Amino acid sequence: MSSTTNAPTHHTSTIGAIGAPSRRNTELALLAFAVVIPVFAYANVGLAINDQVPAGLLGYGIGLGLLAGVGHLVVRKFAAYADPLLLPLATLLNGLGLVAIWRLDQSERLQQLAIDRFDVFSPSAPKQLLFSALGLALFVAVLIFLKDHRVLQRYTYISMAAALVLLLLPLVPGLGDNSFGAKIWIRIPGAGTIQPGEFAKIVIAIFFSGYLMVKRDALALASRRFMGLYLPRGRDLGPIITIWLVSLLILIFENDLGSSLLFFGMFVIMLYVATERTSWIVIGLLMSSAGAVGVASFASHVQARVDAWLDPFGCYADSGACEQIGQSIMSFGSGGVMGTGLGQGHSDLIGFAANSDFIFSTFGEELGLAGVMAMLLLYGLIIERGIRTSLAARDPFGKLFAVGLSGAFALQVFVVAGGVMGLIPLTGMTMPFLAAGGSSVIANWALIAILLRISDTARRPAPAPAANPDAEMTQVVRP
Amino acid sequence: MSELTLTVMRLGFLAVLWLFVIVAVQVIRSDLFGTRVTQRGSRRENPSPRQAARQQAAPPQQRGQQSGGGRQRRGAPTKLVVSEGSLTGTTVALQGQTITLGRAHDSTIVLDDDYASSRHARIYPDRDGQWIVEDLGSTNGTYLDRNRLTTPTPIPLGAPIRIGKTVIELRK
Repeated sequence: MSSTTNAPTHHTSTIGAIGAPSRRNTELALLAFAVVIPVFAYANVGLAINDQVPAGLLGYGIGLGLLAGVGHLVVRKFAAYADPLLLPLATLLNGLGLVAIWRLDQSERLQQLAIDRFDVFSPSAPKQLLFSALGLALFVAVLIFLKDHRVLQRYTYISMAAALVLLLLPLVPGLGDNSFGAKIWIRIPGAGTIQPGEFAKIVIAIFFSGYLMVKRDALALASRRFMGLYLPRGRDLGPIITIWLVSLLILIFENDLGSSLLFFGMFVIMLYVATERTSWIVIGLLMSSAGAVGVASFASHVQARVDAWLDPFGCYADSGACEQIGQSIMSFGSGGVMGTGLGQGHSDLIGFAANSDFIFSTFGEELGLAGVMAMLLLYGLIIERGIRTSLAARDPFGKLFAVGLSGAFALQVFVVAGGVMGLIPLTGMTMPFLAAGGSSVIANWALIAILLRISDTARRPAPAPAANPDAEMTQVVRP
Repeated sequence: MSELTLTVMRLGFLAVLWLFVIVAVQVIRSDLFGTRVTQRGSRRENPSPRQAARQQAAPPQQRGQQSGGGRQRRGAPTKLVVSEGSLTGTTVALQGQTITLGRAHDSTIVLDDDYASSRHARIYPDRDGQWIVEDLGSTNGTYLDRNRLTTPTPIPLGAPIRIGKTVIELRK
């Protein structure tokens, strides 16, 4: 009895993850690589345009390196087991975006255009660098203060209200800023404009995950089978119809096809993931196409976009929307397979919004098909890591949250890239991390931080179980 | 700047960009965190009933040998294998750690089984390195071979431990 007391080593490990590598050093190596590539691109642009290495090369390199380094140290300290790929991928895309924005700042044509329109030209690259720094600050803040993503579950319905407020803010008279045909900005005196929809994307993901986590059984199980599809009961259609109406309202009153597609699409994706019922996807596609066709038939803004998509060269001369799409398609075409080389394209011909909505066309022209494919793969990898995180997460809220965030990210990339390539009607959203625009960069850094937090929780080895109060009782009795 | 230099830089940049993508994919390949699943098809790996019986007969001898107290004894199991149930094929390396089984999300092996309790059982090495299975007061019980466990019991190599629809065993 005396010597056989059980003394288990209190050290539990996750299946298969022997010693659960934190992979922070992998992340550091990749991060160094991800900083070097934009610096190379920057030097390349300078050499191509001015025949000399740009003066700010060292400063830019150090700036980007510093941002990446701070991000890495915070991840190492506060999310040691987080995914090693997300931070380097985001850093690389952000760096490449900065280079492309700086490259377009050098264009005399765009400078002249800005002077004609606003009487003054201010370069966008320094602003974008500042926004990236702010984004990284938010990234750091999320990682430090959000110790466990599950606390967000408590704010399910508050998030819903907050997201609705954020979405509807641009409609408030005096606050909204109706520029460029869509009412998605709000103007804060002294601080410029912000696009609340970008932040609403994250907030509403909290609501969708909290709500679907509770309701998924009702939505999944109570259904009738009809023609191979499980059709939900009428009363279970309530939430999807509500979200559909809200997204239609955004489309009609804010003239913003992009956000309305993003929110509805995100809800359908999460509904599908939560319930495993294909019927939701079919219903969602039917509802969104019905809504889009319905709105396009009477909203002129949407109508113009659809016309530009159907035949950009037919109305090239007399419609601004057509001209933009036409220019964008031509820049992709002139890039060919290997591109014209950084700084040697003519994507500045797109003119207005060349460095925001149409920034992907610059990459299309200067890096060609090969470069665009690589960049889409970078986005694909971010999305894949998000979904992998969702698979690895052990709590249903984290699973849905991760899939919602990566789904929103994926939809945004698809909608923008598809729009500038003429695959779908252009919607006027920003390419995450690449495009000039403060709200977008800041919100996407926060999104990456949340994904890192969830993946850290998912990959962290389980803590030692609490000391068993009856540990003394469990003794091995040997025969 | 000469045309040649710019062409080299252009192609070099594309190469570097693709190199990054390839390196990133390599990282993912070796970063398959989560369950490590072995081939389900390989039924040959499972010990035949006769072998299992022989292995079950072995433990008394083993226990005689192991009183020396070495940590890695000969014939000590090195892995735990799930042989039936929804997790079939999952293996866990035995490295002196406690393995918890149950429906609770923080269990080492999370059982998705209505017949399992949230903290159903645990498997741990005792001081001599012998692996012990202990039922943690589960509702439906833990069975070693056909016997419901009442006390922490040493696990013979290859003996089936049944929890609900899941069967696990220790293997070399």
